[in-house]
Amino acid sequence: MNAPVTAPLPPSPYSSALGKSNSERHTLSALVDNEPGVLARVVGLFSGRGYNIESLTVAEVAHGEHLSRITIVTSGPPEAIEQITHQLERIVPVHKVTDLTVQKRSIERELAMVKVRGKGDNRMEALRLAEAFRAKTIDATIESFIFELTGAPEKIDDFVELMRPVGLVEFSRTGIAAITRGAEGM
Amino acid sequence: MSKQMTGAEMIVEALKDQGVDTVFGYPGGAVLPIYDAIFQQNHVRHILVRQEGGAAHAAEGYARSTGKVGVLLVTSGPGATNAVTGLTDALMDSIPLVCITGQVPTHLIGSDAFQECDTVGITRHCTKHNYLVRNIEDLPRVLHEAFYVAASGRPGPVVIDMPKDVQFATGAYEKPEIASHKTYKPRVKGDAGRVAEAVAMMAVAKKPIFYTGGGIINSGPKASELIRELVALTGFPITSTLMGLGAYPASGANWLGMLGMHGTYEANHAMHDCDLMICVGARFDDRITGRLDAFAPFSKKIHIDIDPSSINKNVRVDLAIVGDCGNVLTDMIAQWKAAKAAVDKTALAQWWKQIETWRARKSLAYRPSKTKIKPQHAIQRLYEATRGKDCYITTEVGQHQMWAAQYFHFDEPNRWMTSGGLGTMGYGLPAAIGAQMAHPDALVIDIAGDASILMNIQELSTAKQYRAPVKVFILNNQYMGMVRQWQELLHGGRYAESYTDSLPDFVKLAEAYGARGIRCSDPKDLDRAIKEMIDHPGLVIFDCVVEAEENCFPMIPSGKAHNDMLLAELGDDAGLDLGGVIDEKGKMLV
Ligand SMILES: Cc1ncc(C[n+]2csc(CCOP(=O)(O)OP(=O)(O)O)c2C)c(N)n1
Repeated sequence: MNAPVTAPLPPSPYSSALGKSNSERHTLSALVDNEPGVLARVVGLFSGRGYNIESLTVAEVAHGEHLSRITIVTSGPPEAIEQITHQLERIVPVHKVTDLTVQKRSIERELAMVKVRGKGDNRMEALRLAEAFRAKTIDATIESFIFELTGAPEKIDDFVELMRPVGLVEFSRTGIAAITRGAEGM
Repeated sequence: MSKQMTGAEMIVEALKDQGVDTVFGYPGGAVLPIYDAIFQQNHVRHILVRQEGGAAHAAEGYARSTGKVGVLLVTSGPGATNAVTGLTDALMDSIPLVCITGQVPTHLIGSDAFQECDTVGITRHCTKHNYLVRNIEDLPRVLHEAFYVAASGRPGPVVIDMPKDVQFATGAYEKPEIASHKTYKPRVKGDAGRVAEAVAMMAVAKKPIFYTGGGIINSGPKASELIRELVALTGFPITSTLMGLGAYPASGANWLGMLGMHGTYEANHAMHDCDLMICVGARFDDRITGRLDAFAPFSKKIHIDIDPSSINKNVRVDLAIVGDCGNVLTDMIAQWKAAKAAVDKTALAQWWKQIETWRARKSLAYRPSKTKIKPQHAIQRLYEATRGKDCYITTEVGQHQMWAAQYFHFDEPNRWMTSGGLGTMGYGLPAAIGAQMAHPDALVIDIAGDASILMNIQELSTAKQYRAPVKVFILNNQYMGMVRQWQELLHGGRYAESYTDSLPDFVKLAEAYGARGIRCSDPKDLDRAIKEMIDHPGLVIFDCVVEAEENCFPMIPSGKAHNDMLLAELGDDAGLDLGGVIDEKGKMLV
């Protein structure tokens, strides 16, 4: 009676054997009752249990019914993601939690406003890049632009990186909104 | 038919409608209207504790011994913060509580008003749910919803924060029927297909074991009957966590004793070697599993739990059944019978033979003494003296708690109340008062340690006021024994701050509180003294002076596997260097 008879099960989310190597990035969508404190419950859960938040957005989606949709991008091994989903479902005012990454067929978008300062060639280069990324110019002075850009988070990362050498001042991102493709709701 | 009344009156009315007969509390400025409403009626009895922490534990003891929701009422600010430990305790042990806290009037919230604190913010992390009631219109629903949330699914504490102006405001009250909740929908019925799978797995198991926990107790007495029936049907061995003691009788033929860090040798070895583990209403806590990567390595695991987040949390399982233990056990028994399932008799006989060899190690044996009272012996004698009596046991936290779990035997559920998850010293006395309030004629004993008892000693006054004949049985070793034991095991016997210096004279202390004090230090006197305690119709403090440096064995040192246990004779006889039994990694663990 030496070798275990069953195939070893994957580790638990809290086991010490947990490596960071199999960490995955997941986008979770939670439909919640828009009551006071609900966001604090969600955020508190993440901090209290040591989960990551890479991005979090929240907005009311059905005014009459006081429903809000919280989109959270988190990362961790698959078993931690499963735990997070169940822990979120335990919060009393949470209706439903969907792991959009597991669903695979989901779209993620983010909006950014990017402020760039510069003169001469840099100014021209900023405008050219903005055009290439289909960013809108929403504010301009003789020495600055603010561009509005919508897209997948990676696209925004790329844009911001390109703007750095031409005079990036600052940028503000909304965080990720996500939804599944096709006719079905979550 | 709705009636007009004030918020304060609504609270009392709702308590009445919920069948609450007892509330534990402590008044203050922010709850005066509620106290006024309580004063003017006779349905709900208020028990005045001496510190709000006591109210929370008393409500826990009341809840755990009755299966009902425990209720406490405290004022804003310090009243609420004093209750936090008890709320956290109830959250960890899944005890249904409703805690009503006073709050400054709504227009002062956020202004750092006198005795203001962010009660919902503070208690968000230590409650199942909480409410701040800003409008009187919401109050009837919130009150009843709170009871529903506290008691249904995996039970837990719920806080209702009541600003003072809402207590004075007038509104319409009608008892709303709350049979479900908009968003909170616990799954209570197990999946039939999965139950069938479980039955099939059980029928082919060669080395099965039931590992049960507090979930069975929470499910209600029926679940305890069902687990007994299932054990009888299958002939499988059964062990339990600290929280589940009494669900299966300790006198039952298939009982292996408690498992885990201070569990029996046979229970832990059977867990380690089993080929099928059926976990019913337990959560694979670290006190139970020991070293995770060596936990029951040869087994398939079935986990029945009402809380989906408990599944695969610490230990991956092969088959999960989400549902209430009682429901799932009912279905399991029905399917077992319908399938005319039979166990592998030969294998099972072999398995029992193996278990008997482990049992033969007599892991609960200890070296007796003629001159000093051994703490284990004291619990054994206490148990013998209470046999056949209607008895409820609470404990504080430490060695005495483990000895109580090991040597006091429970044949029924709801008889054993202890702080398992949080390990709160000071739990036992108020919890005993709570249990005694619910069972006025029963024998309620708090098995205590000399350090723990001082954490809520003021509650003796509560017991006295309400003539609660609680017996406080202190295993007085003049140490924070469990701390001392770990210092011996881990820190080279350097007993930093674990000697309980300047202890009060417990006999005189008892007398000061108007109770009977009994001291016993001679093993020859023990039985007589225990009888004196039990026969005394009132409150008693029993100062049982025991062997000071006795260690609690058996023990799985932290970071070790189930089959890597320390036994008593090992520690004593071999003069073993206990400092070496926990490795560096284990020392990091608690
Ligand atoms: C509120 C609280 N503080 C600290 C601890 C840590 N702790 C666990 S056991 C223990 C010692 C308990 O001593 P005693 O009540 O005398 O019981 P014994 O172990 O001697 O039986 C301590 C300090 C705790 N569990 N709870």
